[in-house]
Amino acid sequence: MTTTTTETTPVIPLPARAAAALTGLGALATAASAAMAWTWTSDFPGDLTFYGSPAGLQWLALAAGLLTLVVLLGSQGVPGLRWATPAGSNNAVLYAATGTLAVSVYSVASIAVELDGLVNLEPGGWVLAAGGLITVLGALGLPLDRRTAVPLRIVDKRLFLLVPAAPLVWFGTHAIPEDKPVAPVLTALAGGVAIATGAVLLVQLGHLANTWLRLGKIERPLDAPRALPSWVEVLVIIVAFGLGLFAITFGIDTEYGELFIGCLLFAGPTLAALTKSGLIARLRALTVKHRPVTTGAAFAAAASFPFTQSSDQYTSVATNILIFATVALGLNIVVGLAGLLDLGYVAFLGVGAYSAALVSGSPASPIHVQFPFWAAMLTGAAVSMIFGVIIGAPTLRLRGDYLAIVTLGFGEIFRITMLNLNGTTGPKVTNGSNGIPRIPDLEIFGFDLGKPHTVAGIELGRFSNYYLLMLLVTAVVVLIFARVGNSRIGRAWVAIREDETAAEAMGINGFRLKLLAFALGACLAGLAGTVQAHVSYTVTPDQYTFAEALPPNSAFLLAAVILGGMGTISGPLAGATLLFLIPKKLEFLADYQLLAFGAALIVLMRVRPEGLIPNRRQQLEFHEAAIPAQPTGEPTALTKAGA
Amino acid sequence: MTTTAAPLLEVTGVTMRFGGLTAVNDVSLTVGEGEIIGLIGPNGAGKTTFFNCLTGLYVPTEGTVRYRDVQLPPKPHLVTQAGIARTFQNIRLFANMTVLENVLVGRHTRTKEGIFSAILRGPGYHRAEAESRAKAMELLEFTGLADKAEHLARNLPYGEQRKLEIARALASDPGLLLLDEPTAGMNPQETRAAEELVFAIRDKGISILVIEHDMRFIFNLCDRTAVLVQGQKIVEGDRETVQNDERVITAYLGAPLEEAAPAAEGTTPAAPEDTK
Ligand SMILES: Nc1ncnc2c1ncn2[C@@H]1O[C@H](COP(=O)(O)OP(=O)(O)O)[C@@H](O)[C@H]1O
Ligand SMILES: [Mg+2]
Repeated sequence: MTTTTTETTPVIPLPARAAAALTGLGALATAASAAMAWTWTSDFPGDLTFYGSPAGLQWLALAAGLLTLVVLLGSQGVPGLRWATPAGSNNAVLYAATGTLAVSVYSVASIAVELDGLVNLEPGGWVLAAGGLITVLGALGLPLDRRTAVPLRIVDKRLFLLVPAAPLVWFGTHAIPEDKPVAPVLTALAGGVAIATGAVLLVQLGHLANTWLRLGKIERPLDAPRALPSWVEVLVIIVAFGLGLFAITFGIDTEYGELFIGCLLFAGPTLAALTKSGLIARLRALTVKHRPVTTGAAFAAAASFPFTQSSDQYTSVATNILIFATVALGLNIVVGLAGLLDLGYVAFLGVGAYSAALVSGSPASPIHVQFPFWAAMLTGAAVSMIFGVIIGAPTLRLRGDYLAIVTLGFGEIFRITMLNLNGTTGPKVTNGSNGIPRIPDLEIFGFDLGKPHTVAGIELGRFSNYYLLMLLVTAVVVLIFARVGNSRIGRAWVAIREDETAAEAMGINGFRLKLLAFALGACLAGLAGTVQAHVSYTVTPDQYTFAEALPPNSAFLLAAVILGGMGTISGPLAGATLLFLIPKKLEFLADYQLLAFGAALIVLMRVRPEGLIPNRRQQLEFHEAAIPAQPTGEPTALTKAGA
Repeated sequence: MTTTAAPLLEVTGVTMRFGGLTAVNDVSLTVGEGEIIGLIGPNGAGKTTFFNCLTGLYVPTEGTVRYRDVQLPPKPHLVTQAGIARTFQNIRLFANMTVLENVLVGRHTRTKEGIFSAILRGPGYHRAEAESRAKAMELLEFTGLADKAEHLARNLPYGEQRKLEIARALASDPGLLLLDEPTAGMNPQETRAAEELVFAIRDKGISILVIEHDMRFIFNLCDRTAVLVQGQKIVEGDRETVQNDERVITAYLGAPLEEAAPAAEGTTPAAPEDTK
């Protein structure tokens, strides 16, 4: 936070000119390699064997190289490109270069691993690898914003005992014949020790690199932006959202996991580079200035997604992402605003889905009625809300962790009850584990959502229809969140989250407001559930568990909120999108899927503990760091006895 | 209000026991309209506990609290609704909300906009919100925090956090304000400024009950002062009565009084245990 301990020096002592030239050369080479063949065989996914026609990972290399070049030229002050790095920091170049290196190293490595050996690389592959390396070496020679000294941190020394333990366990597993009963146990143990050792070494390596690079969180103040005509500003926002739509579409449409990982490796450093360069701050200022345009552009971009798709393959993914994201936003009211830990939230989605299924006219439903959709939606939302009140009323009077325990229990009770209402172990309502199948497609004003329709020459399939319907529901939830969050009620929720005793002393009826948050959250999840029932044809109890490998489940929902950014709107939406896509696209890793997913989560939380999209309040904190914090402890940590 | 003579706050025989410990023992106290009353006593005497009993944070074991001739229910939000606001000895702001938002939360009981009004945002909602903001800004002007309205509460310096607690309490339009050690941790200039602030609040027609350790502060401000020792009120009265009371001198004042008033010369600081 102190600004006096910073300097602007290169990590590798090079003349500034030479460093810039080297970076540019590397970036150009990387971009150019996209037009060359990387490998000789089409066995590697995406077929990277052609000259002059980039595919898959090659597009990423092209984008990364060009982006690094633009950021570099911007920070060098080349006229016409200065907008690219308004903060004028070379650190942005370094981050962009890191993205280039990540894409190139990852591409080369995955070719070598999948095709067995570096011999499978064509010249283009070598150009790519060299380009990535030269870019980063050059960027390290640029004058960077650094700390004058960063003391070396050492992980707990006892953890280093793992290092000699690893070969011992390895030896043990190999010395014992495989048919001995202890063999699998030892193998598992060896795996665990190996992973733990790797993690410890990685963390220590990170500390070493940090001491060497000395790149802390150093902010450069942005000077006031040049005044632009307001139509230009609006245009910039629209272009930005267009690019965003393009990027997300590219990510969803990735046909093989390798490309998706490449996307993530590219996206992380690129976002860091754009943040450092000051572009994100500029864009944020514009979106704040033109709020209605921004909201409109965001929804227009989202609504145009089905029009970019030629089949239902990815619109079904996108529809499920929307459902998941909407439920995460509902949970954000409960967790992010009111600070109530709800571990069984997915059950409310289930209540909504089952209610809609029961009144959908499905032949498997014991109630032989078919509500019009609006009535089914209201029913689902209302039933869900009633359950919210029933669960909340007795527990919300208590403080502390009771709510977490009760909601965790409720989630399981809901699933087990749905299993048991099967006609044998209970009354016949839900068909037990078979669920309620054959839920008919919706018909809204004579518009059958189950059939493809042609709009503006583009055929929209079944999932596209449901996607657009779900987008409307999302819009409603966003509107409710935004308006209630920024009102007397929303402020009371945040006050309760911050310090319940103080909030009550300010005249807030804590119990009533917590119940309100809980009921509203349940109601919104139920609303999403009514659509979900129709999208997935069938509702079964095992769709609504606490934790599973695939979303939506309560653990993933909570992760989406925390990862995305508590108390924000775009945070849970972005977090849910990522959390839905990562496990889905990592399916090719088979047994290692969950491991890789866990690693991705840890990296994300390590790099951005405040969430992908930090709360406006946390941003404020960022800008006011020079003002000393209060000398006493955290007020929220005080107990009632300390009042 | 019934008659002009009826006190604003009437506490009768309040006792608070925590298991075997009697933190407050049969304390009665009245605060009249427009009065500033001081409450002093050594650390652990039960002053904060007494405040908590008044504001519904604790349910007193015995005794009643009447405000404007109505018995107060032991629920903090209802007490605030009735017109008693308070600050906390160890600052309890909403740390991650802005200064303005903190004060707006203080307006909670005096506004009614519910969830539907927030979603629909009719003209009534906008009017109420604008009124709340105007009122909150007015209070920030009053306490001298207007230029920090958009700062996070946690980033204010200590003295300003205390002021913000007062502004937040005033936002509920109280008839009686309870201040728990408002100058703790302040330097002498800040303490004098706080004195001015307390007078200015009284001039708005708000009565004040204040816990303090700074004797000069207490005797400058208060119409009457009550002394609490080991949960019991041992004396109550004006400056002379309190300063010259033997029990007060032996039990508590000792050293601080020597600075504040030479009359207490010769007394040795004694532990509160020696009193009974
Ligand atoms: N919630 C509680 N449970 C048990 N003991 C308490 C509680 N609150 C206060 N006490 C005790 O009551 C006594 C008076 O405390 P307090 O009112 O904070 O004193 P003062 O504010 O006068 O310094 C202390 O001995 C304290 O430990
Ligand atoms: Mg106290």
